Amino acid sequence: MYEIINDFIQIEIVSMFISAALPLFVFILPFALFAVLAERKVSAFMQDRIGPNRVGYHGILQTVADILKLIQKEDIVAEKNDKVLFNIAPYLVFAGSFAAFAAIPFSSKYIGSHTEVGIFYIIAISSLVVAGILMGGWASNNKYSLLGAMRSAAQIISYEIPTALVVLAMIMFTGTMSLDAMSQQQTAYFWNWNILGGHETGILKIVLTPFMISGFLILFTSTLAEVNRVPFDIPEAESELVSGFHTEYTGMKFAMFFLSEYANMFAVGAIVTAVFLGGYQSPFGYIGNSIGVTWLVPIEQFFWFTAKGLFMVFVQMWLRWTLPRLRVDQLMTICWKYLIPYSFLNLIVIGIITLL
Amino acid sequence: MLTEFGKIFVFILLAVAFVGIAIFAAKLIRPHRPTQEKLTTYECGENPEGTPWVQFNIRFYVVALIFLIFDVEVVLLFPWALTYQDYGLYGFLAGIIFLVVLGIGMAYEWQKGDLEWARPKPNIPYLSNLIKKNTDQTSENIIVEQTETNQTT
Repeated sequence: MYEIINDFIQIEIVSMFISAALPLFVFILPFALFAVLAERKVSAFMQDRIGPNRVGYHGILQTVADILKLIQKEDIVAEKNDKVLFNIAPYLVFAGSFAAFAAIPFSSKYIGSHTEVGIFYIIAISSLVVAGILMGGWASNNKYSLLGAMRSAAQIISYEIPTALVVLAMIMFTGTMSLDAMSQQQTAYFWNWNILGGHETGILKIVLTPFMISGFLILFTSTLAEVNRVPFDIPEAESELVSGFHTEYTGMKFAMFFLSEYANMFAVGAIVTAVFLGGYQSPFGYIGNSIGVTWLVPIEQFFWFTAKGLFMVFVQMWLRWTLPRLRVDQLMTICWKYLIPYSFLNLIVIGIITLL
Repeated sequence: MLTEFGKIFVFILLAVAFVGIAIFAAKLIRPHRPTQEKLTTYECGENPEGTPWVQFNIRFYVVALIFLIFDVEVVLLFPWALTYQDYGLYGFLAGIIFLVVLGIGMAYEWQKGDLEWARPKPNIPYLSNLIKKNTDQTSENIIVEQTETNQTT
């Protein structure tokens, strides 16, 4: 996409800014608008309620009204807050979650940066969010915020290890770190997706599949914990910590935390999709290819990527109303005593099978 | 010429600019009427009690330390994962030995109870406890033996 824009404008830096603005304004903001409403509607449906239904037809303008309200809200910075850190924190959190989108391939024609280290970069840059959360929680000068931030940091860094180990196994299997290249390898039909053994053939594929499925589950669980979603939402446990590290934030700064949470939800879906569920590849061939219209293919790929990503987001919402919140010791037990040893095993087995 | 990491930097710049513009735009619209009540720290309606920077559980530090060890080793494994196939079995075993060392460290921490959130109390072997325990056990054994002999007779 950057190349196409560059052909029109000829000024590299301007075309890059436009290319980088595309996922933000064309994707994340509409997605957040849609996802907040969808989350409320899905939860209403699962709890046998009606959900928002006053603003617009069946409440579809509810989030727009919420945003308008948040813009007009007074921005309160309490007397005892550490003002500098308090103001920097939303920037760090949002920058961390948005920068991850630079390496996510939406289609074969759109990826923010063709960097070779793709998934490794995403794991690294998402640590910026931890710094932002700790900063916000500390600067809030509030007991709830501090506890929420500490819990959040402990949780995010713990669950980063199973994520990294599963990703490591997948790098061994695919031989590349770039999410774009990983998606390209899973081409053609859905049995070529990594979750079903990828491009291996014969008996190896059958042996590999259970390990791939468990790898998928570990990756999904641990990335879910990294973005503090239910059932891993003890940092924001509203029944004990009010709302965790962003208790003191109001108005637009709160909106930024909220936006980055929804951006993260899609980022989780996108990473899981690109690594295991075939990325932007269609589960069966492309309509564009069969009727000979090649420009249709990237659009179809974008459709498939978003569809898979949104499905994973829906699963996250579904889990929210299915599972109870974990206790902090259970959380640590699951990570250190179950996920990490199992992902070690997974790594070794996938390594051996790939070597054969 | 923009490098690939230059493009990533553009993404970060854009994110920072977006947050800045959004907060600035809200500043133009929103009211600003601070009162003493609003400016106190939120504590569910009560007046804030004591310092908010309370002591928190030491486990958070332990988790951070274990994470540090693991994360550094995992980062070292990433280049290995990309190239181990070129070196065949030898390359694979080299990585596995590295992983096993990491696993031994993990097993040690598990055994020490550092992975439990509520850490079990250390079992300090006092001499008095030891003697008492041993005498208890021997007396129990004697009783058990006596009952056994009773049953047999």
